[in-house]
Parts: sequence; C-alpha cells; structure tokens
Amino acid sequence: MHIPDGYLGPNTFIAFWIIMIPIWYYAGKKLSTELKSRQVPLLALSAAFAFVIMMFNVPIPGGSTGHAVGGAIIGIVLGPWAGVIAISVALMLQALMFGDGGITAIAANCFNMGVVMPFLGYYIYKLISGDTEITSSRRVIAAAIAGYLALTIAAGFTGVEFGLQPILNHDASGLPLYMPYPLSVTVPAMVLEHGLGFSILEALITALIFAYIQRTDTSVLFGEKSELQKNKMKNAVPT
Amino acid sequence: MEKMYRNFAIGLVLLIILAPLGLLAVGETFGEWGSEELKEKLGFVPQGLAKLSGIWNAPMPDYALPGGEGSESMTLSAGAYILSAVVGVVVCGGLLYFAGKRVAKD
Repeated sequence: MHIPDGYLGPNTFIAFWIIMIPIWYYAGKKLSTELKSRQVPLLALSAAFAFVIMMFNVPIPGGSTGHAVGGAIIGIVLGPWAGVIAISVALMLQALMFGDGGITAIAANCFNMGVVMPFLGYYIYKLISGDTEITSSRRVIAAAIAGYLALTIAAGFTGVEFGLQPILNHDASGLPLYMPYPLSVTVPAMVLEHGLGFSILEALITALIFAYIQRTDTSVLFGEKSELQKNKMKNAVPT
Repeated sequence: MEKMYRNFAIGLVLLIILAPLGLLAVGETFGEWGSEELKEKLGFVPQGLAKLSGIWNAPMPDYALPGGEGSESMTLSAGAYILSAVVGVVVCGGLLYFAGKRVAKD
C-alpha cells in the first residue's frame, strides 16, 4: 500500500501535499497543547510499532504479499490526531531512508494510512462500542471490526487514487503516463487483497492489543477519562 | 502502566527479531512493481513513471544494505532487515519521545 514514485501524476500527488500540510499542522498543534507526559512513551511506541509492523510482509493465496499497518489500534489508543503524527513519522522514514513508498507520494501515503486509518479505526470502534463498559467484550469485537474496515477502506482509497491516473494523466494517443491500470482493476485488486488477507491480520492485531490494554490499564486509552467525566456531567447519548 | 510499556517494548523486540520472516514471502505487491516488471506486464513503461521513479535514491533501498541487492545471502538480508527495523524503531521512537517530552504538559 506504499505508493512508489511514478505511480501518481504531479496533479494527484501535489493535491495530497496540499491536503496533508494543514492536517499535519493541526495535528501537531493539537498534540503540543494536549499531550500529557504519561502518554509520551505510548506515542513513541506507536510510531515504532507502525514502522515494524509494516515491514512484516505476509503472503496471501494468489501470489501477493502485503502487511498490516496498525493504524486502527493506534487511533484507538492515541486518538486519531496523535495517530496521524505517529503513523506519518513512520511512513516518512520508510520513504526517505528505505525507499518504501515514494517521496513524491509521502503525502498520499500519509493520507491513506496515516489519516484514513486512525480516524476510521477510532470512530468505528466508538460507534460499535456504544456506551458499553470499557472492559466489555463487545469492545474487543468493535476493535477487530474497526481494524478490518480501516485497512480495507484505506486500501480502497489507494485503489481509487491509482485508478484515476489513466483518466487524469495520459499522452495524446491515450497511453497512460503513470499508474496504467483503470479503476475497474485497481479498486477490486486493492480491496480484495486487503479484505481477504491483510485486513484479517489487522483485525487480529487490533483486537489482541486492545484486549491486552483492557486487562491491564484502560486509562491509557484515548478519551477514556474525559469521556467518563462527560457522562457524569450530562447523561450519555442514547444509542 | 510501567509494566504495560515494558511488555509493549518486549513485543516490539520480538516483532523486530521475527521481521525477516517477511523476506520468505515471495510475491508481488499490487501497484509497487519495478520498471522491469511493468515492461513485462504491459510491454512498455509509462513515460511519466519512468521519469519519476528514479527521483530518490534511498540509502537502504528495500531495507537492504546499500549496493548489495540481489547478491546477498539470506543471512545477510535478514541481518540488514533487522538492522533496518532497529533504525526505524530508534529513529521513530526516539524522535517522538524527545519531541513529545518537550511539548508534553504536567
């Protein structure tokens, strides 16, 4: 899912830089005003974890290889905005130092894996969890579904970006200049590979880490305490 | 909480050690083909792609030692892969740890 240099035309990758710069700015600002000392180790661990889990290639039937991202669990634990920072740092280092993902495509890759995933992960988890107890097993299922959908939909975004290239960028004779395959190929390829393979791994990882946190210390989870205080002040929103 | 962080760190170290298992996974990744592979698939390399694809020379391309691609033994590749993971963990973790400590409240 790391788009290399040359697969997106300048119109597309520049658009993503324009989208991402304010997102990074806002995420950084939010982090610098809201980050608590005790969350710092988790922030650092999250970026390190995202870096390593993305190196962990697994094969799926059909001759493809790919990986989980950890984006959903990072969104659930750190909150989506801090998740943007942690995952973006990992992706930037992968691109600059290891050529995994293009440097022109850093913003697009950070959008797909570093924004789509923690936001979807966090909000899907919240939606399914409802007002259940923090230790409820429903929340483990919620985390698993969040992980599954976050990676699959992020792959869908990547597929759309790929598939737009032959439409947006071709020469006078109609030959594609960048990613050559159309939407009808790229979207099913990305969504199916992930949905039938890597997203299952993402779901397992998300649920496993979540269940571990549930058993040890739920106060590290994003928004848990403030959520409790909110519920005390006014009644919980009915689901 | 300290114990939790310690266990996460242990998990991370295990992941690093096991990461080279990913090298055994042979196969292609959709949308990450090299120029050679694209030529095989399409019969040509898209012009813009050919121009852009070489824009950046990463110091350790594909988590391998510089220059040694393809000719390395499995042991050497595994070592380079682990080294890459360690670099990733130290740089990503270190950067956010120190930046986080600087801006963190209380």
